[in-house]
Amino acid sequence: MSSISETLLVGATALAFASPVLAYDFGRPATPDEIALWDIDVRPDGKGLPAGSGTVVQGKQVFADNCAACHGDNGVGGIKDRLVGAQGTLASDAPVKTVGSYWPYATTLFDYIHRAMPYQAPGSLSNDDTYAVAAYILGLNGILPADGKLDRDSLPKVRMPNRDGFVPEPEFDPAKLFRKK
Amino acid sequence: MTSRVPNEVHSKSMGVSRRGFLGNASAGIAGSLVVGPAVAETLADVPPREDGADLSGRSERSKYVKIARIPEAGPGKRNVDPSDAINSKAPLDKLFGSITPADLHYERSHSGAPDLDPALHRLLIHGMVQNALVFSVADLKAMPSISRLAFIECTGNGWENWKKADENLTVQNTHGLVSTNEWTGAPLKLLVDLVGKDSGSNWMLAEGGDAAGVARSIPLTDEILNEAFVAYGQNGEPLRPAHGFPMRLVMPGFEGNLNIKWLRRLKFGDQPWMTRWETARYTQLQANGKATQFQLRMETNSVITSPSGTMVIKPGYQRITGLSWSGHGKIAKVEISTDGAKSWKQAQLNHPVLPKAQARFQMDWTWDGKPTKIVSRSTDEKGNVQPARKSFIAAMGTNALFHYNAQQTWGIDETGRVRNVLD
Repeated sequence: MSSISETLLVGATALAFASPVLAYDFGRPATPDEIALWDIDVRPDGKGLPAGSGTVVQGKQVFADNCAACHGDNGVGGIKDRLVGAQGTLASDAPVKTVGSYWPYATTLFDYIHRAMPYQAPGSLSNDDTYAVAAYILGLNGILPADGKLDRDSLPKVRMPNRDGFVPEPEFDPAKLFRKK
Repeated sequence: MTSRVPNEVHSKSMGVSRRGFLGNASAGIAGSLVVGPAVAETLADVPPREDGADLSGRSERSKYVKIARIPEAGPGKRNVDPSDAINSKAPLDKLFGSITPADLHYERSHSGAPDLDPALHRLLIHGMVQNALVFSVADLKAMPSISRLAFIECTGNGWENWKKADENLTVQNTHGLVSTNEWTGAPLKLLVDLVGKDSGSNWMLAEGGDAAGVARSIPLTDEILNEAFVAYGQNGEPLRPAHGFPMRLVMPGFEGNLNIKWLRRLKFGDQPWMTRWETARYTQLQANGKATQFQLRMETNSVITSPSGTMVIKPGYQRITGLSWSGHGKIAKVEISTDGAKSWKQAQLNHPVLPKAQARFQMDWTWDGKPTKIVSRSTDEKGNVQPARKSFIAAMGTNALFHYNAQQTWGIDETGRVRNVLD
């Protein structure tokens, strides 16, 4: 282990760091190729979405093969989270949070499926299959039409029904937090 | 059936014989750690001294000590199979002082605790930086380090009592999702300097190496930049796997979910990512159907741990004790009411009282044997006061699920049985 860390430290000594007060170096440079292996996050503006595409129709089979066992045949009635419907329940005594009733961004759906689903084999879906199954779930919720299709350009433009349902805590409101600086 | 008096019920539940229970008052203290059938009525009953166990490589708990976390699912879903549990609650009623043993620190995960080889674990720091870097565990351990006592609290702590109070809950059930450990690691600020974060980057994505890749967006306020760190040590030893081995983010005072375990990536950006855990989860649904988002700080809180739910007390002297904590800083004072929040007395705070760490409080009380309710309320150094449940619910509704910090009331009936009640 020590030989590895010594190698890494030697490799890092060539770096010029931002802070001139630091008299020591740690870590090693990350290469673009290895960053790409881990750089999976997707933002609401679509940054991070990969190439590829999928349709509601294609997603039906992907869902049946990978999701229905836990989430139910149509995203309802499974042993895990309900994904579909329940719009209009949030102000009731028994609110039900589904993708359709609660989630504010469609990009989050891609990010989450891509990183964390299916539960037993996270990250196993191809980019095309991820787009397709996201399209299917949005289709079940009436957010995409039956002939709908998603890719990196169209997904960020999807308007989720509960997009305006969130109010930032004033202390950490992203729209105001760093304005003063 | 009318002869089934509470004392008998209690003695059976504690595994104490009826004769022993009646013969020795100390055996009747609810929550007592040492449970056994034997009772020494005279010194002649105390076993003779004998040879002890051989020295060993690691100390185990006494076989007489029964203490464990409880794996549970969502509100009201207790006694579940561990494979169905989503968290495991710390036995607050059986702990002393303010430090939680590492193996009893509450546990929460979204896809189980991964088995990570530290030799193969790496932390990637990239995004809006001058130098994207990869760190090994050895790299972090070689850096200047900090150690700090800090509480970590699951945002769902207290969620059993949003809508109703199950009178059979213990304080472990109601408040067992908070713990205090000493954490050791490398300061975030040092890592930020090493990679040369762009001045335009004010948000950081922290991502775990667990199967779910749990990820949260963290605003880089001065407070967070100065206080957050990447920890590899827990109460003097390497992190336990359940708590993020080999490295985790520690964010003193902030939602447990932000303290990303099994940390493997920090990415700097200029806006939040809106991950599933900051949109679909860890957002607080208000009565009007709108949800509060980025309520990242844990509130001022306290709970009486003894006497507490399911314990049985006797008239006479009672030491009331409990834990208090605040994500805003130090606890300034804890007050206790023994008459259902009509009047309050200030409790003693045991030293040290540290910012964003749990502080133990206690107060002497003489119970007169009449039914009553006991409740604690904390005030932190910023002046935040733990709210009464009625005013809290009036402001928050009952659907928020997360960030419950209302005062916890324990009802005591004429038999001395302590029950979880709303107020």
